[in-house]
Amino acid sequence: MSSTTEPAHNPIPIRRPLWRRLIGFNLLTALVLGVGGYYLGWLIGHQINGHSYKYQAKTGENDVALLLAYFFGVAGFLVGLGFANYPLSRLLGRPASLREKEDQGIGRYFGLCTDHKVVGMQYLVGIGLFLFIGGLNAMLIRTELLHSTPTFVGPDKYLALVGMHGTMMIGMTTSGILGPFANYFVPIMIGARRMAFPRIEALTFWLLMAAGFILTSTIFFGGFPTGWTGYEPLNNQAVMGMDSYIMFFALVGISMTLLGLNMMATIITMRAPGLTWSRLPIFVWSVFATGVLMVLAAPMLVATLLMSALDRTINTSFFIPGGGGSAYLFQNLFWFFGHPEVYILALPGFGIVLELLPVFARKPLWGYRLAISGMLGVSLMSFFVWQHHLFVSGINADLRPFYMLSTEIISIPTGFIFLCVMGTLWRSRMSFTVPMLFCLGWTFNFLIGGLSGVFLSDAPVDTTLHGSFYSMAHFHYTIMGGLIFTFFGAIYYWGPKMTGLSFNERLAKWHFWLMFIAFNSTFMPLFAVGLKGQPRRVSEYTPGLHGLNVWVSISAFVLGFSMLIFLWNVVQSLIFVRRPAERNPWRSKSIEWQVPTPVPVNNFEQIPVFDSDPYDYGVPAIGPGPVQPASAGA
Amino acid sequence: MAAQANDPAPSEPNHARRFGALWLIATAIALPVAIFVIGPIIPPGNASEQASGQVTDSTVLLAMATPVLMLVVCYLIYAVAFFRQPRGGALEGPQVRGDARLQTTWIVVTSLLVLSLAVYGSVRLIVGNGAGSGSGPTPLTVPKGPKLPVQVIAQQWQFTYRYPTYGGVETPHLYLPVDQTVELNVTSLDVIHSFWAIQLGVKADANPQVNNIAFVKPTKVASFEIRCAELCGIWHGGMHDTGHVVTAAAFAAWIGQQQRTFAPATKVLPPYSKTYQPEPTRRGG
Repeated sequence: MSSTTEPAHNPIPIRRPLWRRLIGFNLLTALVLGVGGYYLGWLIGHQINGHSYKYQAKTGENDVALLLAYFFGVAGFLVGLGFANYPLSRLLGRPASLREKEDQGIGRYFGLCTDHKVVGMQYLVGIGLFLFIGGLNAMLIRTELLHSTPTFVGPDKYLALVGMHGTMMIGMTTSGILGPFANYFVPIMIGARRMAFPRIEALTFWLLMAAGFILTSTIFFGGFPTGWTGYEPLNNQAVMGMDSYIMFFALVGISMTLLGLNMMATIITMRAPGLTWSRLPIFVWSVFATGVLMVLAAPMLVATLLMSALDRTINTSFFIPGGGGSAYLFQNLFWFFGHPEVYILALPGFGIVLELLPVFARKPLWGYRLAISGMLGVSLMSFFVWQHHLFVSGINADLRPFYMLSTEIISIPTGFIFLCVMGTLWRSRMSFTVPMLFCLGWTFNFLIGGLSGVFLSDAPVDTTLHGSFYSMAHFHYTIMGGLIFTFFGAIYYWGPKMTGLSFNERLAKWHFWLMFIAFNSTFMPLFAVGLKGQPRRVSEYTPGLHGLNVWVSISAFVLGFSMLIFLWNVVQSLIFVRRPAERNPWRSKSIEWQVPTPVPVNNFEQIPVFDSDPYDYGVPAIGPGPVQPASAGA
Repeated sequence: MAAQANDPAPSEPNHARRFGALWLIATAIALPVAIFVIGPIIPPGNASEQASGQVTDSTVLLAMATPVLMLVVCYLIYAVAFFRQPRGGALEGPQVRGDARLQTTWIVVTSLLVLSLAVYGSVRLIVGNGAGSGSGPTPLTVPKGPKLPVQVIAQQWQFTYRYPTYGGVETPHLYLPVDQTVELNVTSLDVIHSFWAIQLGVKADANPQVNNIAFVKPTKVASFEIRCAELCGIWHGGMHDTGHVVTAAAFAAWIGQQQRTFAPATKVLPPYSKTYQPEPTRRGG
């Protein structure tokens, strides 16, 4: 963003004419090739499937054509960005170009760039854009629920909104912390100059962007009626908009797998000398645990969606009961991914909170090893709980005590995180900065989310709660109250480092308080709404719940307004006011605050050597933990 | 927590004792409120044995969750009130990195709490014969005594009900006799639905080609709400209905009348079966 202040690394800046610069591997070419690929796929799909019975019977619907169009469109998009250059030149025996990293202008933010800091910024803006779309969907959903009968958008568009909101939010928040903040800060925190696989790092981002556009395009194909879970056989019955869901989640799954793999490889192999596992910042640990989950869980999703796509296109019947398949199979496969997925959403939040608290509490992180075992315990356990989503489904009903036990056991490692938070705050010297407020907000929200989950894990009580607004309120407490609060905390904390500019603190505090109050005012009543008998994803509910629903909708609009305050703060601080940030505004001892702002392309002139963890607070006489690189003081 | 040797302010109050007192007082106030004020009003109420059982279970869970909730909330309040950085100050906290005894205690206590919850939940599930939830085609435990079988057939977007012991009559209304154990056989003709009899505390997914059994024993003559609780297409929200629990005599009269009314339809229906071959899926849902 503030690239103008960067020292010129390029000794010979080449200024080519504008028309010449537009030709080459860039976003424009990518869009042209993407659209071209889309129509190519569409054409091939109609050649293949244009005259078949299935095509005719479905009033012009052609899933083969749409899926091929998406596939070729994404391929063209990636080729246009230049992702084929490196493998092709290696295949042809030519030296690999490393040109991606040398470009220094603002243009590098709009194309394939292998600088992990650029990718981090790209992620932040790109994910922010799609989270905004998902948030707008939520506003429309709550507008519809102002009435107890479908009047505003109608039941079909309502379901399309619900599906798009849920899918977009899940898909984007999955990379919500790992994409922007882990890509940006993990290499710096571990004293590395780059990620282990920089091109794959860029690929994960552009895959996610392609996926986001594909999901948004579902509105042109009628949307999809299944919500984010995509249950069969409703999935098979749905119109072409369903293919957007399948393609979106498949791309997100691939992006997640690669992202997790890249994080694991980086953290395992690229730590600087002295940075042992027991000195690793807790945020890096949380990223590692999340990476493990991503690599193990996301491929399951991709495989499941492939089977779904085959069912929809070439009439296999993996999931179609009438054809010998099983709808239970989809539920099993989906939740085997789906439950680790919710911990993929929760774990980075744990990491952010535990990373930020010591800075603002001016105390070392309390119970570092306990926190690590908590995160790893959650990761491990999350693979043994998935059938608690199916307590009333009739599948393996006799195994319910086991899944009840495993689900409740997972609250033990989660409890470790709370103990570490409380221990760190004990007799601390808290200053209530904006990032700190978001961390404290997380503590309250995730507590409610966790405790409400205990009720859901109890099979007898779950009979009433399952599939109701109660479970919806529960997971919004853990994902929005958990992850999104830490997401904003991380923006306010690391934003000055990433942009070199500081936020308006008054607006930021308004943002926090309004968001915290409106969030609780929105989702707390939904526990009652669910208990009183409102199922999820309905556009029609019993008139007796009208009052509560109106209250929730109005709170949701206030919640939406708090996001506008944030947006205004971003626009004002980063575009109009542009007040430079202090070098280390939080007096943090972590290494990312010791390197200059903006961070040089290669992060460090000399690889730093670590001799402690970064939580050496509490003894003012002793200097910062890690030995600083020679350039850090500049 | 352990006393800190490098305590900068010897006049500092005993935080552990003060916070402990705050937590005990807050719990002492909140626990009776949770058990005696919130507990009785937790849905689904007492219209069936299963519903009453769920209310009891919810109250037990609430009673166990309240001290935990109070612990963290009181802690947050206490910490925000007393562990502050003075305005414009740059003080550092004590350099404490953990406390083995406290950590061990925490692990032991939370493990015991969690294990007792799991044992309690399992016992209630098994003793309660599934506690009103769909327990698959062959439930592990079955209530003793005579049972009235009722089949719930879900399709987009309505429920119909078959009474196999009354000539397999199929009706669009659900009437159940009071104080009689009912065996609900839930199945679907197309996509997955979920039969939710809200006030009776019953929920069972309706899967195509699966018979999902739930037991319920209504204890009150009253109406109850029925909703579909699994997303099943555009009119999912409109898939609701009112069921009735009536006296045995009223039920006998009603079912006789239904048999007469639907006699022509019953003749052409497929014979009663635990599951039905679903229609081929088609677009437009």
